Formats: sequence, C-alpha cells, structure tokens
Amino acid sequence: MKTFRRSFIYIFLSVVALISIFPFIWMIISATNLSVDVTQGRMLPGTHLFDNIRKLTEQINLVQALWNTLKIALTTTVLALVIASLAGYGFEIYRSKAKDIVFNLLLLSMMIPFAALMVPLYQMFSKLSATAPLIGVNTMAAVILPTFTTAFLIFFFRQSSKMFPKELLEAGRMDGLSELGLFFRIYMPTMKTTYSAAAIITFMSSWNNYLWPLIVLQTPEKRTIPLLISNLGSSYTPDFGVIMAAVVISTLPTALVFFLMQKQFVAGMVGSVK
Amino acid sequence: MRAVNHTMRNRAKLTGWLFIAAAVLMICLFYFYPMIQALLLSFKTGAGANLQFDGLSNYKRLFSDKTFFTAVKNTFLFLIVQVPVMIVLAMIISVLLNDSKLRFKGFFRTAIFLPCVTSLVAYSVVFKYLFGNDGLVNLALMNMHILSEPIQWISHPVWAKVTIIIAITWRWTGYNMIFFLSSLQNIDNSIYEAAKIDGASGPRQFFSITVPLLKPIILFTSITSTIGTLQLFDEIMNITKGGPGNATLSISQYIYNLSFKYTPDFGYAATVSYSIVVMIIILSFLQIKLAGDDK
Repeated sequence: MKTFRRSFIYIFLSVVALISIFPFIWMIISATNLSVDVTQGRMLPGTHLFDNIRKLTEQINLVQALWNTLKIALTTTVLALVIASLAGYGFEIYRSKAKDIVFNLLLLSMMIPFAALMVPLYQMFSKLSATAPLIGVNTMAAVILPTFTTAFLIFFFRQSSKMFPKELLEAGRMDGLSELGLFFRIYMPTMKTTYSAAAIITFMSSWNNYLWPLIVLQTPEKRTIPLLISNLGSSYTPDFGVIMAAVVISTLPTALVFFLMQKQFVAGMVGSVK
Repeated sequence: MRAVNHTMRNRAKLTGWLFIAAAVLMICLFYFYPMIQALLLSFKTGAGANLQFDGLSNYKRLFSDKTFFTAVKNTFLFLIVQVPVMIVLAMIISVLLNDSKLRFKGFFRTAIFLPCVTSLVAYSVVFKYLFGNDGLVNLALMNMHILSEPIQWISHPVWAKVTIIIAITWRWTGYNMIFFLSSLQNIDNSIYEAAKIDGASGPRQFFSITVPLLKPIILFTSITSTIGTLQLFDEIMNITKGGPGNATLSISQYIYNLSFKYTPDFGYAATVSYSIVVMIIILSFLQIKLAGDDK
C-alpha cells in the first residue's frame, strides 16, 4: 500500500515536471530545425541553428533589440533596488503611525490595474515629448520611469527588514555612522539575499515587459525583445525554426539569471514571505 | 538637555521621511496621479487629443456595449475556471514536495518553477504553435489515436478559451507553488507528529492542519492571481488576438483596442478601465471577507 502510494506520487510529480519542461525542450529542438521539420513534429535536434539565427538577424536587428532590452532591464533593476530598499528600510526602522498610513496607501497602488494607467501615462509622456524629448514617448526613460517603483518591492524589503538585527544599527550609531551610512554600510551588506531575490524579480519582469513598451516605443530601432518576438509570431507565413530561435535567445538571459542565483532567490523569497 | 533630545528626535523623524520620500513621490506620480487623470478622462469624449467633458455619456455607452460585456464574461470565465484549478494544483504539488523523504526534490521544484522564467510573449508564441491546427499537440493526440481529427484549438470559440486556460495554468502554477512551499516549511513538524499519534490519516491531516495553516497564503495567491487574470493581455494578444470573433477578448485587450487600435477613444477607454478597478476592489474585498469569516 505504502509503496503503491509512493510510486503514484513520483509518477504524478514526474508528469507535472515533464509538462513544465516540455515546451522548453520543444522550442530548443525546433530552433535547430527547418520550418518544415517542425510542422512534421520532428523531435530530434537538427543542424540548422546557425542558419535560423542568420535568417533571424536578416529580418530584424537582433543585437540592437537585445541591447535595448538589457539597458532598460539593468537600469530599472538598479533604480528599483535603491528606491525600494530605502523605502522598505525607512518604513520599518523609523516606524511611526503616520508612516504606517502612508505605507498602506502605497499598497493600494498594487490594486490599480495597468490598463487603467496606460492611457493617462501615454498622454503624460506624449506631452513631455515636446518639452523634454529625452524622456518623452519613444525613449528608454519613458519605459523605465513608470515601472521601476512598485509597492510590491517596497513591501518585500519592509518584510525582510523585520528580521534585520536592529542592534547592529545601535552599534553603528555608537561608532559614529550617519543614518545614511548605517543604511549603506550595515543594512545593504547584511541583506544580500533579499537584494538578490529582488534583483531577479525586477530584472525578469523588466526584461519581459510587453504592454507598456508596446505602447510607448514606436520606432523599430527602439524596440525590445518581447515586441520583436510578438511581431515575428504574428506573420502569416511563419518560419517556425527562425521564430523558435528568437524565442530561445530571448529566454536565455532570464533563465541564466535564475539558474545562477536560484539559491539566493529561494532564500530571499522565504525570508520575506514569512 | 530636553531641547537637544527633542531636536534629535525630530531629526530622526525627518530622516525616516527622507528614506521613503523618493518611493512615495514616484508612486504618486506614476500610479495615483494617472489614476485621477483616468477618472477625469472617463467623463470626456472625442477622438485622439480632442476631448471634451461630456457628463455620463461614456458610462451610458458602457452599459449598452455588447463587446464590453463579452470581454467581461470571457475574463470572468478565465477567472472562475483557472484560478481555483491552479491554486489547488499548486497546493497539492507543494505538499508532495514538502515530504522530507521525497527524492529528487530539487529537480522537481526547479522543473515546475521553470515556466516562470519565460516571458509572457515568448511562451504565448510557443503555445500558439503547439496548439495550432497542425501543431504538435494535435499531432501527438492523433498519433496516439486519442483523436481522429485535429481539434481547432485556436480557431474554435470554446477550444480557444481552453487553450488560454491551459497556457496560463502552465505559466503560473510553479510561481504559486513557491509561496506555498515557503510557507509549508514554516509549519512546525511536531503538529503533524501529534496528529499521527492521535491517529489522523494523511488526507485528514491535510484538511485539518495544512489547509487552515496555509490560509493566509491561499488568500495571498488567490488575490494576486485574480488581479493578474483581470489584467490578462499578453497571452490573448499573442495566442488568439481576442478571436475567433471576440471569443477570447479580455477587458485589457478591449481597452488597448479602444485606445491604440481603433480610432483612439481615450475617454471611453478610461471608462472601461475603471470597470476593472471596481471589479478588483470588490473581488479582493470579498476574498478577504470570505477568508476571515469561515473561522
């Protein structure tokens, strides 16, 4: 009876794991095959990966798009981590009734759907185009500005700050560190896992962001990877090998970030969900 | 002395506000200000940038707009079918994975979380071809003689909805599982030991210990999933484009179409967008109320 239940559990988990992984296997295999092989359901790796990538770079400016996406994702991540951790720390360490009220108001912003913001934001950045062309529509800044501060990340840092040993701050104050000094010299180095987890979450969501860049980036040379993938996917005569090569390339950076930082990620998540 | 203490305390207070100032400013500027703008917009009509105040005409239009109601119906269907299925699935998987005697735990956990590293656009494109008429899913099902003819996954109104539900479940189950797992690891094992001594069976332990202790996480995952589903856009746009007909049109895609695809009608788009705001508030409130009441 017991071994029967055991094996059932293993079979169930294996099936779920297989379903989770299968689309990855399929897209990697398809990226190495010709379009016609893909439609015939070929499940063996082929030899056309480099042909597919070459054809892809002929159709779109892949390097430019990767560079655009990377610049946006990195800038967003750095800004987001600094602003959100300062705030999370501020709310928890300098706790007061008034700040708790402000914090709860900020949390309300998590309930606001992006759909309700996109039209006013678009109008806002269109207006800026005339007076401040560097942050107006069709610029990197326009993608980054509305997305880098999220109540979720502030909440995340505040939760983790609850477990931060406050005696360290007293010791630092005794040693004559300023309040900002305490934050940069003591808090930041101690909270590495929280920062890693926050960095993964932010980098991934910025790298993968679609709707806002779709609205605000208008010329092809500004576009990010998700916009290009979406465009390739909507053609009437899809070249499956080429499209899958693009999908694999666009997924590699986030998969890599995740695998390299998985340990810190799980540790950071566990710390802040408690 | 007292005066010194007083100024020091005031300074500490001020420092606290300085730490949070940038974040508060950004959220006001990019969430709350546009939110108010959207409310004002919802009372204006006109094409493109030529907008005039027009009272409640957008709201009147909303209640007689068949496309809007189709989008609401679709979105709620996704919500009612997909969110419970996914939460239960994530909970079962996490309970199985939490077993200390289970082997290959790391592999299972990573594999099931893996879908979360893909972008919504990338996985949507992959699913679009997997579920195409001559896609791999049909090919496999026909080769295994489960099907005699291909299912029109993308072009049949019902199957298109099913495809979207399968896709979202694939992408988000592992994400929710992580929250359950981290919360399960905080449950003290001695509770289960005691239950075992009292002779409680596995399922009994699950329903009388695990589920009640997981309540806060169930609430958290169901609220975030609800908010996510009400905002569904990327998958619809890249798998079905809202079709066939309007069979999979979501509210977010309708707002996008009204603003950037058809002749831009920002005022009416803002009105439709406020309907999502209202729905999110009502549903979140109901979920919190429900979770609080059945104690």
